Amino acid sequence: MDERIVKAYESRPKDWIWQLAIAVIVIGLLIWSLGAMETSGASANGGKMAINILNGIVHPDQELLFNLTKEGVPYLLVETICIAFMGTVVGAIFSIPLAFLSASNLTPKPVAFIGRILIMIIRTVPAFVYGLMFIRVTGPGPFAGLMTMSVTSIGMVSKMYIEAIEDLDTKILESLDAMGCSTWQKILHGILPQLMPNFASTAIYRFDINLRDATVLGLVGAGGIGAPLIFAMNAYRWNEAGSILIGLVVLVLIVEWISTKIRVKLTRG
Amino acid sequence: MSIYDKIFPPKKYTLDNGKTVEQKRSRAPIYVILVLLMSYVSIRVTGFDPATLAKRGNQFFVILSRMFPPEYGYFSNIVNPILDTVKMSLLGSALGSIICLPFAMLASTNICKNRIVVAAMRLIFSIVRTLPTLVSALIATFIFGLGTIAGTTAIAIFSFSYIGKIMYEEIETVDMGAFEAMEAMGFNRTEAFIHAIVPQVMPAFLSNSLYNFEGNVRYAAVLGYVGAGGIGLILNEQLGWREYPNVGMILLVLFVTVFIIESVSRYARKKLV
Repeated sequence: MDERIVKAYESRPKDWIWQLAIAVIVIGLLIWSLGAMETSGASANGGKMAINILNGIVHPDQELLFNLTKEGVPYLLVETICIAFMGTVVGAIFSIPLAFLSASNLTPKPVAFIGRILIMIIRTVPAFVYGLMFIRVTGPGPFAGLMTMSVTSIGMVSKMYIEAIEDLDTKILESLDAMGCSTWQKILHGILPQLMPNFASTAIYRFDINLRDATVLGLVGAGGIGAPLIFAMNAYRWNEAGSILIGLVVLVLIVEWISTKIRVKLTRG
Repeated sequence: MSIYDKIFPPKKYTLDNGKTVEQKRSRAPIYVILVLLMSYVSIRVTGFDPATLAKRGNQFFVILSRMFPPEYGYFSNIVNPILDTVKMSLLGSALGSIICLPFAMLASTNICKNRIVVAAMRLIFSIVRTLPTLVSALIATFIFGLGTIAGTTAIAIFSFSYIGKIMYEEIETVDMGAFEAMEAMGFNRTEAFIHAIVPQVMPAFLSNSLYNFEGNVRYAAVLGYVGAGGIGLILNEQLGWREYPNVGMILLVLFVTVFIIESVSRYARKKLV
């Protein structure tokens, strides 16, 4: 009995050389990347700064937090939600044709490949570059932010859409064919019910992310809560930054909670 | 029977054998109305106007067209920043994913029986995750000064929350048999965790960490904007000077880098799972 166990143990897969090689490579890469760590050296009073920041966040500017005019946190949050919502909707609409073009089960290989490269290119360009481009179109303000959000959403949303389209169960279409359905009926009863929950779930998920990323837009003056936040931080007004941050965190937590509920419901049908 | 079914009674079908079946009315109209309503409010608040888009849409391509052809001679100035970006993301992702492990362990209900600790850990993960990376990068530049350390910190913070959340969910779904057996044999919890749980969650951990690293390379490009080092720094600079051919070259290099890293990491992730 014992011998057999020992034998089985001896003949266990031995891939330690492989594992060692990977470990050496990974550790080597990490050491290599340590070489790039540098700072301008302004860290002498870093500790004091950290305490100031924490202090400001713990003692938020209450007036700003509950101010209902256009400068107050509540209005800025509403504006941010609107930018993220409409940006997601527009982005999701842009993504649908792109996804159908790049789904390898619908279009010929070369077309699908070009579509995928295009999506990757769209994904790689950082948001503030788009922001600058759209400001030329719409002028600074929430509209530019909305368009930037929509373009930055395309990458992830269309990627998930492609997966949904490629997972389509074609047997349903065959059986609808056998029943003599027209193309329109096939789309309506065979394709849409399969895609809709997935598409909606992806869009809601992206809305979450957009809400969180909306601060990036503030950098280029494209509206939302980002600009006041960054101004407040650059001017060391930590109480103001604290109240904006608290508003943002609470909002994102609430939206995330709701969206998770909706998405669970969508996937379970 | 909900209120909706009372207002719009279900459709009734009588079958051949005399039985009736009910088909509930579709809920779609509610969702459509809700989405339309929110769109209306959003359009009012943001000033979204398709007409402007149609009229001035060509302006979008003005900067884009000036990026072509990219200035290939600028490449030598890009090499270092792009390597910095990769290094920042690599180190930040590694730090974040390793530091989050003990916290993830304490945040999973099957390992940590103390409910208050679990709730506290999860709250920490949630709050850190909602903190925009740009904001943590900006704070880091105030504390550590301008440079790659600030960017690395921001990436580490993001990775911490992202991997942490995935890991505690992963840990909660493992097979607890081996863990219990080891505890029964007299190992303490940490030892049992290392030998019984870690091997089970290892592939998921590595695969998610790689995925996180992939995303961070792309994200690190933004961080330079607040002075946190890497390619964003020169990108911002060249945009400011309106040297669009140089910007085109930077974006091209960024794209190729992201493409290579994604391909390698996708291959590795396929091997892992």
